[in-house]
Amino acid sequence: MNRSTWKNVSSELLENRWGLAALILLIVLILGAIFAFVSPNDPNEMNVLERLKAPGAGHWFGTDEYGRDYLARALYGGRISLLVGFSSMLVATLIGVTVGVVSGYFGGWVDSILMRLLDVVMSIPSFLILLLLSVFLKPSVGNIILIIALLMWMNISRVVRAETMTIKEREFVLYAKSSGQSTFGIIRRHILPGLVPVIIVGATNSIASAIMMESSLSFLGFGVQPPNATWGSMLNSAQGSMAQAPYLAVFPGLLILLTVLSFNVLGDILRVGFEPKLIKR
Amino acid sequence: MRRLIIRRLLQTVPMLFFVSVVCFAMIKLAPGDPVLSFVTPNMHAEDIERIRHNLGLDQPAYIQYLIWLKELVRGNFGYSLVNHQPVLGQIMDRLPATAGLMGSAIGLAVLLAIPFGLWAGANRNRWIDRAINFFSYLGISVPVFWLAILLIYLFAIHLHWLPSMGMRTIGVSSAADVIRHGLLPCVVLTFGFLAVYVRYIRSSTIGQLKEDYVQIQYAFGSSKTTILFRHVLKHVLLPVITLLGMSMGDLVAGAIVTETVFSWPGIGSLGMTAVRGMDYPLIMGITLLSSVLLILGNLAADILYSIVDPRIKGSR
Repeated sequence: MNRSTWKNVSSELLENRWGLAALILLIVLILGAIFAFVSPNDPNEMNVLERLKAPGAGHWFGTDEYGRDYLARALYGGRISLLVGFSSMLVATLIGVTVGVVSGYFGGWVDSILMRLLDVVMSIPSFLILLLLSVFLKPSVGNIILIIALLMWMNISRVVRAETMTIKEREFVLYAKSSGQSTFGIIRRHILPGLVPVIIVGATNSIASAIMMESSLSFLGFGVQPPNATWGSMLNSAQGSMAQAPYLAVFPGLLILLTVLSFNVLGDILRVGFEPKLIKR
Repeated sequence: MRRLIIRRLLQTVPMLFFVSVVCFAMIKLAPGDPVLSFVTPNMHAEDIERIRHNLGLDQPAYIQYLIWLKELVRGNFGYSLVNHQPVLGQIMDRLPATAGLMGSAIGLAVLLAIPFGLWAGANRNRWIDRAINFFSYLGISVPVFWLAILLIYLFAIHLHWLPSMGMRTIGVSSAADVIRHGLLPCVVLTFGFLAVYVRYIRSSTIGQLKEDYVQIQYAFGSSKTTILFRHVLKHVLLPVITLLGMSMGDLVAGAIVTETVFSWPGIGSLGMTAVRGMDYPLIMGITLLSSVLLILGNLAADILYSIVDPRIKGSR
């Protein structure tokens, strides 16, 4: 990874209006989640007198059916949703890169076994297993991160494997091999740096799918448990008061949409930025 | 081509084996002793042992696996832990609802994706491409349950045009009634599939338009529309086969969330009930069926692809 590639990527990001918008939006959302405590309202404080207040001056997002401030809940909910998204991405990337590099570098029977394993995991209906495992292993944030990661590493693994197979045939790797460097050293010094672009693109896209999985899980009531909220579980409870308070269903969904959309847009722009051979959109 | 088919068949067998092992292992590892669901309070210890023996649960795991596999091949997927009904029968009862819903969603998505994808790809960076691109980004990023809730609010609660849940009005059994119930879930699912397919077709159209044969057609004076629909279309349709193959798994378990939101009585909501009741045989039945369909779908797609496109010769 040299400097010109980074320049390429950052200019691609900043010149693309959508990319810039996605980046700014994500920064705002992440800051909102980190500094959620600045909000004057407690996300879990109930107030019967303030039930189902429409969005207004005191409560920008209104209040829910227990009179809790919806903005505060959305901010704290975003904290969990984003945390799950990022952490699952990290774990999935770790698994995916390890499997991909080992498979691509060593080839042969190691590759065959790992790829068959990957095919099997990919053929299993992941959402059903996601539900099952979350019932099985008590739905704490840590478990949800692990479960999502275990069902998500395959895509990164595939691209990393393909990329490793190309890189390992390059002259500098052949030279490193013939000069007697250790296998681990070759992977660390010569293979991994070349994998950075595909890893970054894969990781960006997997944050999007992790957030989507977490919110679907929470929406169905299998995710993070009350009183803690995530965007998905807020939508679940919003269903009950849809007729009186449709705004309850609007905000959390919009936040999921915007977050996932931003990560997807960023992922695509990064892909184009890292591959100057592709004609720019 | 025959070599490719044989190779793919040979690859499929171990995959089916692994999938069955995974499913069996998950039933075995599930907490709780299956014998307990047969035990009544006044049973003796030896009675319980006899049940265990009759069920084959005192055998080593690989024997149990073989027995399980043998029964599976004979169509016995075991019995639900909750209502003691045969698993396969329950799945088959629900299959038409899901297959109908998913089939129409996938079919609609393909039909719409082909013209939109070609249109966007042929007019790259024009406003129409940007508009289609924007919608396909929305489609891959919108949470299905949110879209479902919004549509329910708009069309069922606010406008009262369409029912919000179920598949039939009680006492009514007409196709029109089922379609009215299925419209909203179908729209939700179609939007998701459409977004993926359009992106795929758009990018393969862009790739095809750079090919030599397109330039030659231009040189011969063909119009852009002729080239698109006479020549590019054929090449663009090829990857659609692969997409359809990959959607085979979704046919069974792909609509868990959508079916749950709309209370559509299909396999997705059956799976949801099974998870809520920790009904392992049922969960594994659905998992197995869905995986097998996906594997066979991919196999069929690969074979079909090699028949339609003779350029692929046993490679990969």
